[in-house]
Amino acid sequence: MTAASPSISKDVSNVSLNDLVNEKLVLWHFIASLTYVMIAMLAGFLFSLQLLQIYPFPEMELFSPGRWRMVHTNGVAYGFIANAFLGALYWAVPRLTLRRVLSVKLSWFIFVAWQVVVLSTVVGLLTGYAQAVEWGETPIFIDPLAVVGLILVACNFLTPILKSEGPMYVTLWYFIAAFVWTILVYAMGNYIPQFFVGGTAAGAIAGLFIHDLVGLFVTPLGWGLMYYFVPILLKKPIWSHGLSLVGFWGLAFFYPLNGIHHFLYSPIPMFLQYGAVIATIAVELVVTTVVVNFFLTIRGRGDALRTNMPIRWFYIGMVFYFTTCLQCAFQVSLTFQKIVHFTDWVVGHSHLVMFGVFGFWIFGIMTHLLPRLMGAKGWYRTAWNEWHFWLTGIGMLVMFFDLTIAGLVQGFMWRDLAVWEATLTASQPFWLLRTISGSAIIIGQFFFIFNILMTAVYRHSIEPNSQSSGVDPVAPALAS
Amino acid sequence: MFESKSGVFLIAGLFFFVLSFVVMGLLPWMMYINEPEQTLEDLVADGVIHEFAELAEKFPDQFAQHFPDGVTRNSFAEALQRGHDIYVAEACWHCHSQQIRPVSGEDLRWGPVSHAREYQNVLQRPVLFGTRRVGPDLIREGARHSNDWHVAHFHTPVNVVPTSVMPRYPWFYDDDDYPNRDGMSIITYVQWLGSWLAEYPYYRGEGPSGDTLGHVEKVTEAAVTP
Repeated sequence: MTAASPSISKDVSNVSLNDLVNEKLVLWHFIASLTYVMIAMLAGFLFSLQLLQIYPFPEMELFSPGRWRMVHTNGVAYGFIANAFLGALYWAVPRLTLRRVLSVKLSWFIFVAWQVVVLSTVVGLLTGYAQAVEWGETPIFIDPLAVVGLILVACNFLTPILKSEGPMYVTLWYFIAAFVWTILVYAMGNYIPQFFVGGTAAGAIAGLFIHDLVGLFVTPLGWGLMYYFVPILLKKPIWSHGLSLVGFWGLAFFYPLNGIHHFLYSPIPMFLQYGAVIATIAVELVVTTVVVNFFLTIRGRGDALRTNMPIRWFYIGMVFYFTTCLQCAFQVSLTFQKIVHFTDWVVGHSHLVMFGVFGFWIFGIMTHLLPRLMGAKGWYRTAWNEWHFWLTGIGMLVMFFDLTIAGLVQGFMWRDLAVWEATLTASQPFWLLRTISGSAIIIGQFFFIFNILMTAVYRHSIEPNSQSSGVDPVAPALAS
Repeated sequence: MFESKSGVFLIAGLFFFVLSFVVMGLLPWMMYINEPEQTLEDLVADGVIHEFAELAEKFPDQFAQHFPDGVTRNSFAEALQRGHDIYVAEACWHCHSQQIRPVSGEDLRWGPVSHAREYQNVLQRPVLFGTRRVGPDLIREGARHSNDWHVAHFHTPVNVVPTSVMPRYPWFYDDDDYPNRDGMSIITYVQWLGSWLAEYPYYRGEGPSGDTLGHVEKVTEAAVTP
């Protein structure tokens, strides 16, 4: 254990951030994250071809579209988002606490262990060892390793946080809670429905797991990172500390109570379904606090949207966040559920949340940090970052509207008792547009990755540019 | 307290999580605690075995090879369990739900609305409600189609349903395109779904309770069956 001496926090000016943050760890987690997002997107692309009846490998068991569908969702959650968040945590936590993480060796061990978890999950899914928990398809024999990994992650980051003195910035509240929640959620979702209870009650717990994975793992880390990076990039404090406090406790109380809304009109008792619906609508109010806080922080700095690419990613992600949460408040009602449940509407919603919001925020953070992590003063081509942004953004927007409308068409045709095959025919144009918009997103990522490679190659000769801010304020100044 | 580390850790991290688990997980758990979970043996004892037996008639050589005991409760249980495991491994449950809701005309389309009791068995662990219907719901699928239909359909779905977007499963077949052990198991599992209902088979005018003219009456009954 190599914690900094207590006197360090008394004299902030003496702290060398380079000793605190292991930038290699951040970089490697980002590289892993981008690798998995490409695998996950390839998987999604493959599956979308199946829906168009033009699947290229129909005879190959390892390329069975159903298995690749699970690679898609798990790759995004555990490969793309988890890795990117870990990288960002290695950047943010030491800066917010002015202390190193518990151990660099442990950090590298976690890095390797986590890639083993994700890779073996991919291999396990493709060879037919899935577990029937949505988003927890990780084969049963890998679950223990994942839980141990999550516990080590918590130890690694909670050590500096718990040692820090003085008032805590709101980002750290989210992080503390997220470390506790993620372990509990993962263990609950992967073990209880498999080994302790079956049937309808297990459905309630599986719903809780799906929702908590978004609400108690991805959301608090994502919000925490927004509360960290937005003020730093804009060089101004968040608009309201009090509002962020309300948002935190609102999230902590209401978000976990939503689980059953994934199975409305199922055999789960109706009074529990009503409870979940009401808690979900309460969450929309909670979400509004973070949205308001963001937009009022950025007010007066609209120029940043033009000049600062990370802020633009954050901004559009926040617009999508508001959209998706507003949509959710309607979608969760029993009236909407009659029509939209089981349809592509929900698929559009989950794409918008996981990719349009958290994926975009991650791209913003990466755009901000990557040149510096690679030792460059800026990006090789800022124009390629524009291509990345616009292809991804337009692709996401088109996919969202496409799937939402497809869901309505499917839902109403089903309600009108149309022949099932007719609803497939009606879905075809929507599925074609989904493949096209998904391809646009994938092409956008190629611009990003190629830009990263070229930046790495020419890192010594790149001149500073606006899209890699050299901003490096000392974080605790914001924690007032 | 509310702005301290221990407050965040204990109240938000632990207490609120446990609260949600009690309300959203433990409560339904306790509500069904007296509803016994059927074991595979129970399911087989109550189960309708004739679709499985028909596979043995249709493919005697292959069946004897894959299920050397013949049509017994044990081999039926084995096929059901294996079929379920394939259903999970191939992610069938990501495109086919197993849950009839009381809305959107689903009872007219698929059959009686799902009841909690139907899920109290080991083959619903973890439960296979499903969240997406690219293909039809399957909880009432048993005997909706013949074994022959399934043999053709799992091999190349578009040959049977031209607009189908279901993947092909050639690895459910041996070199002569007869269903292998996996193929027979998944067909047995799918044909078993819904066979526990009094209305079974819901879709065909044959079997224990069926007659073609009864269809409309049953639909009406289904609407009031709890």
